[in-house]
Amino acid sequence: MQRPIKHVVIVLLVCFTGLFVQLNRVQVYDAQALEANPANTRTIQRDFDRPRGRIITRDDVVVAQSEPRPGEFFSEQRVYPHDELYAHVAGYTSFTFGAEGVERAYNDALIGRTAAQELSGLTDLLGGTNPKGDIRLTLRDDMQRRAREALGERRGSVVALDPVTGEIYAMWSFPSFDPNRIAVNDGGLANEAWTDLVNAEGNPLRAKPYRDIYFPGSTFKVVTAASALDNGALLIDAPEFEVVESYLPPLTERPISNFGGSSCGGNLIELLVASCNTAFAQIGAEQLGPAALVQTSEGFGFNQTPPIDLPVPVASEFPTDFGGQVDGPTEEIPAGVFEDTPSLAQSAIGQNNVSATPLQMALVAAAVANAGQVPVPHVMLSVEDSETANVTASFDNKTWLRAMTPQTAADLTGAMIQVAERGTGTAAAVPGLVVGAKTGTAELGADQPASHAWTIAFGGRANEPAALAVAVLVEGREETGEQSGGRVAAPIARALFEQFFQ
Amino acid sequence: MRARSVELGLLILATLTTCVGYVLVILAKQGENASDVALDFQVEVGGFMGIVVVLLLAAHIVIRLLAPFADGLLLPAAALLNGLGYVMIARLDEGLAASQSAWTFIGLGAFSMTLLLISDPKRLAPYRYTLALVGVGLLLLPLVPGLGVEINGARIWLRIGPFSIQPGEFAKIVLAGFLAGYLADKRELLTLTNRKLGPLNIPDAKHFGPLMLAWGMALMVMIAQRDLGSSLLLFTLFVVMFYVATSRAAYVFSGLLLFCGGAYVSWRQFSHVQRRVDIWIDPYEDAKGAGFQIAEAAFAMADGGLTGTGLGQGTPKKIPFAATDMIFAAFGEEMGLLGATAILVTFLFFVGSGFRVATNARSPFETLLATGLTALLGFQAFIIIGGILRVLPLTGVTLPFVSYGGSSLISNYIILAILVRISHNSTVQAAEELEEINRDGDGIGVTAGTRAKWKAVSG
Repeated sequence: MQRPIKHVVIVLLVCFTGLFVQLNRVQVYDAQALEANPANTRTIQRDFDRPRGRIITRDDVVVAQSEPRPGEFFSEQRVYPHDELYAHVAGYTSFTFGAEGVERAYNDALIGRTAAQELSGLTDLLGGTNPKGDIRLTLRDDMQRRAREALGERRGSVVALDPVTGEIYAMWSFPSFDPNRIAVNDGGLANEAWTDLVNAEGNPLRAKPYRDIYFPGSTFKVVTAASALDNGALLIDAPEFEVVESYLPPLTERPISNFGGSSCGGNLIELLVASCNTAFAQIGAEQLGPAALVQTSEGFGFNQTPPIDLPVPVASEFPTDFGGQVDGPTEEIPAGVFEDTPSLAQSAIGQNNVSATPLQMALVAAAVANAGQVPVPHVMLSVEDSETANVTASFDNKTWLRAMTPQTAADLTGAMIQVAERGTGTAAAVPGLVVGAKTGTAELGADQPASHAWTIAFGGRANEPAALAVAVLVEGREETGEQSGGRVAAPIARALFEQFFQ
Repeated sequence: MRARSVELGLLILATLTTCVGYVLVILAKQGENASDVALDFQVEVGGFMGIVVVLLLAAHIVIRLLAPFADGLLLPAAALLNGLGYVMIARLDEGLAASQSAWTFIGLGAFSMTLLLISDPKRLAPYRYTLALVGVGLLLLPLVPGLGVEINGARIWLRIGPFSIQPGEFAKIVLAGFLAGYLADKRELLTLTNRKLGPLNIPDAKHFGPLMLAWGMALMVMIAQRDLGSSLLLFTLFVVMFYVATSRAAYVFSGLLLFCGGAYVSWRQFSHVQRRVDIWIDPYEDAKGAGFQIAEAAFAMADGGLTGTGLGQGTPKKIPFAATDMIFAAFGEEMGLLGATAILVTFLFFVGSGFRVATNARSPFETLLATGLTALLGFQAFIIIGGILRVLPLTGVTLPFVSYGGSSLISNYIILAILVRISHNSTVQAAEELEEINRDGDGIGVTAGTRAKWKAVSG
């Protein structure tokens, strides 16, 4: 019976070898995929109970920190001293609901798990130094407060950033929420708060500045103008457009009229100053065509997820399909018309299917002020060692996209300054500063007339490059009715300039 | 007695490993900022830890007294598995620490009693039909209304006072005894093939029948109890012992064919079998529901990686049934690929020693019994670890010596005792035979009487 026993031994050996192979697969080969499995909550939960660094603003205001809770199930409780003020930037970390915002994006740095931190931690291993990291935000507490105060209790978003570096100084939207309620270690309370907030009016949990899209309205005319200049369709001061009350695009019976039924015309500067719908619709429909406008808008960042260092940012949208080209020219139809040219005329003035995040529109203003370059927007300034305050990493300022030529940017800078001096954006101007602006009043087309009020702007001291780009959106709702960007949103932009250049 | 020194040395290593594991768990508990908890743990669980260590060393003394010439690897391998299992169980659930050390005590009691009472396993062979009856009876017990209780969908438990007993764990040993007795007696007849069924030569149904009947009944009972793991194990036991007794691969193939047919039919018939198979194929599709157990086990082991999180520093409590069926995943998480591999290797050591005992045994009955018991242990480890690792569908059986559970631990120690006994007896017998050679002949040649005796024992 020796031989068959030997065979049984071999079979068992093969079985155990199979176990060993599979063990390697699970523990080594597939380990990363398993850790990334959405059903795997181990990483979150384990990280949750690790010591966590603080989140602080550029000017040393503590946004988030962990307080010891001796004797409790979790040894620390995450607290947010300024309640709702930084909720859409810093986010929260909750045992029950995971993490959001900077707490999520910079989780590894906060708990000291980035490669650089672990390396520096190794040398201190015997000393028992805790390598957790503090995140220093690019945000300024005074700017954030001023944004909140200026917007008040109106639904909307405010984004203010450095047009060159992309550092975000303020990012606020109303309504916001108190992250302490979700981060509370008591799961019952957290659940209650969550249900509350999910059902709350205005969806306060959503970080609207980078996660919600709106019709940009006339602020989009800056993009259309850049496209016209870059493609040589127009010069900044020529030709002159006829002063008209309405414009009828090809292939449609529905004319496009100007705000309040007024008439406008003139060269590109005048068109921007007056925010002339008829002329910009015509430029888009007849002089640029789909390809050029799609290309330029994508050059500003439309149809792409912005590389902001926050979780799940949303892409702004510019339609890419305007149907096939229509045969022409004929008596009624000029050359280069597409099946959907009527929509294109709407898109050129920021209506139709164009929609943008407030962050994207701030980047449009930034590109004009930054010689045509769109910076990578970011909220992290640096990671500092919690114990020593040594900087272990800092954000590498980069250019994201090249939206237009420097010449076009210079032309548009001049035109936008005119808008703030004598056009629709005068309410954004600050005496002593050079401010350029473009307002927008995006009709929502509902039964009850209502509109989003927009202003995008940049500002700087005289003879210095612009140092701040902003986008302000006050959402249109039934009860707000018609509200113009110049009257409603521009003063908020002015408040930010005043605060910043104080 | 050299084997005893080896055994003692290895046993000390095993208990040291266990103690180091225990200290690591304490340190990890202290690291959690809750020093009072750690202190409680130290005092309560530490006491039981001491008991476990003393018991394992006592087992060595029992072997010295009752079976001094037995194999020296079996006990240290079992001790390491039992000790590490104890540390993990105490780490997972302090409440189980006391009862697991009590079960270890009873298990080693059963070990000593078995060694003492069964001084010659061969004498069990004539009682094979009694063993068959007892085995099937044990399997049937949980189906008796009022006695049996259903836990987690399987009706395999007896509730007696505060204790739950799984008689199936003991039935496996008894049935291995029956198979060994029956096959040792009938193996030559079973090897003879006087009938043809298609391409297969099959033996007379007269010899085959009773065996099939006993086996079929056992399987039916287990399927009725929804204990898939145990029926798979029993089936494997049957095939292995049949093959070893007859050397006929045809039995293995027809056995596999039978198994595949049975598996297909039960897959078609039983929704709980279908669910197991679906979960096996993709546990992640419903990772929060049906696949939770396997998915959590995989997440845990992936978390452990190569070297593990360290004992006491992972979160193995998230795995359902971590202290019983799924304990291997807890080791994978906290001791990593290296630690989990060490456990696999320890099982291989045990199984290897078991088969060596089988090949050295001096009678066919003992050879078959040792083979069967060793195969039981080895395949049981394979079935549960393979289930956790998705090599096969997960069926709930315990990891021998490691998992929490009284019936399992006690029956494993009985298996250990029988192997140790057979090992000792065959060494002694071999020595006696050698002595006889030296006495009867001139020390070089072999007498006619010994030749006859050899022939009888080696078959």
